[in-house]
Amino acid sequence: MGKEFKTISIPTSLYKKIEEIIKGTEVSSVSSYVTKVLRESLSRGQEKHDVFSKEDEEKVKERLKALGYID
Amino acid sequence: MIQPHGGRLVERILKGEQKKKILDKAAGLPSVTLDAESVSDVENIATGVFSPLEGFMGKEDFHHVLKQMRLSSDLPWTIPIVLDVGTEDAAKLKAGGQVLLRNEKDEPAAVLHLEEKYHYDKEEMAEKVFQTTDAAHPGVAKVKSMKDVLLAGKIDLIQESPTSFARYKLSPKETRVLFKEKGWRTVVGFQTRNTPHIGHEYVQKTALTFVDGVFINPVIGRKKKGDFKDEVILASYEELIKNYYLKERAVMAILQMEMRYAGPREAIFHAIIRKNFGCTHIIIGRDHAGVGTYYHPYAAQDIFEEFPDLGIIPLFFRSFYYCRKCLSVVNEKICPHPPAEQIQFSGTKIRDMLVKGEYPPPELVRPEVARIIMEFKNPFNE
Repeated sequence: MGKEFKTISIPTSLYKKIEEIIKGTEVSSVSSYVTKVLRESLSRGQEKHDVFSKEDEEKVKERLKALGYID
Repeated sequence: MIQPHGGRLVERILKGEQKKKILDKAAGLPSVTLDAESVSDVENIATGVFSPLEGFMGKEDFHHVLKQMRLSSDLPWTIPIVLDVGTEDAAKLKAGGQVLLRNEKDEPAAVLHLEEKYHYDKEEMAEKVFQTTDAAHPGVAKVKSMKDVLLAGKIDLIQESPTSFARYKLSPKETRVLFKEKGWRTVVGFQTRNTPHIGHEYVQKTALTFVDGVFINPVIGRKKKGDFKDEVILASYEELIKNYYLKERAVMAILQMEMRYAGPREAIFHAIIRKNFGCTHIIIGRDHAGVGTYYHPYAAQDIFEEFPDLGIIPLFFRSFYYCRKCLSVVNEKICPHPPAEQIQFSGTKIRDMLVKGEYPPPELVRPEVARIIMEFKNPFNE
C-alpha cells in the first residue's frame, strides 16, 4: 500500500515564500511543510467530548480515596 | 483538562446485563487464549489507555501505522496494536462473529467482535517499527515469534485479570479525576522502567518546577533480562516519593504493558498514552525506550518534529551528571568543568554495585532508595 496523496493549489507567491523558508532546514519539500502546518492547525480545532458523568466521577473518587490517592 | 487522543476516552467494559449475556453464551463461542501481554493490550484498549483504539487494528490501520506512523484517520499512532493467532486457529474463526478471549488462566477476559483476519509480513513489521531486523533486538525477536494471522475488531472487556499491583493500577478516567481533584491544570508524565537515581529525580523536579504535578508512571510487564523487577521499581519509587516529594505534587500509578524497545516510535506511543491519562507534558530523556545501540541517543526527541498535531508537549532533557566542583546535578549546558569532575548516572554502574552488595554513593542514589533495593534478594529479572 503506497502513500495516498491529493493535489491542492496554493498561490505561486506563497509557494515561493515557503521554498525560501524551508531552505537549509530539515523540511524536505513545500508539500511536507504545508502538511505539517495543516496538521498543527487542524489539531487545535479537534472535536471535544465530555469524558464522563458526575455519577461516574463520584464513583471514581471513592476508589481514589480507598487507595489513598486523595483524602 | 487535556482532551484524550482523538477527542474521546474509550471505555469498552461490559457491566450488568450485557456482561451476563456474554458469559451465558461464552461456552458456545470459539475462543483464543491470550498471553499476558495481549491481555494487557485488551485491558488498555477497554479502559481508554489506547484511545481512540476500540479494538485490535485492521489491515488498513496496520499498514498506515507501519508506513506513515498514523492511523488511517491521519491521527498520530506509531506502534501496531495487533492480535496474532496461528493459521489453524484462524481458520476456525469467522469474520462477523464473536470470539471469546481468554487469559492465561483460561478465564474469560474479553469478547472480540471479529471484523477481519489478515496475513502480514513480519520482516516489514520489524523493519518499520524497530528500524532493524536483527533478531538480537528484543522487539524484533518478539515479532519473529508471532503467529501468522492477525485478528482485527472491537473488543469488550469482561473482567480485568488479577495483578499483584492492583493498588497502583489506575485507568485514564481515574487519573483524570485525580488530577482534577488535586487542582492540577498541567501535569508532566514520567515513563520509567527503572528504579530511580538522582538523575531521574532531578529531571522530574526540573519539569515539576514548570507544571502543577508529576505523574510517575512505571511500565509493569514483560521486560528484558537484567531489568529491575516490577516490585522493586514500585517499592523504590514509593520510598523516593515518601522522602523527597511533596505529597500534593506527585502521584504514581502503573502502566501495565510490555516494553517494545522501539525507541523513537515508542516515545510517541508513550506520549499518546500519557495524554490519555490526562498529562499535558511528557518527559523525553536520552535514548527513551531504546535498547543497545539501535537508536541514536536523541532520535526519540527528534521524532516529535514529525508530529505537530500530537497534542501533548514533550519536554526534552539531555544527559545529567553530578559535578564535584558544582556540587550539584548539572548538564553540559550549565557546567563549565571538565569530565574528570563528572560522576555519570550510569545504570550499569549502579546495577553492578548493587549486585556486589555495595551501596551506591548518595550523589547517585538516595540512601533510602538503595536500602529498599538491597532488601530484595534478587532485584533483577532473570
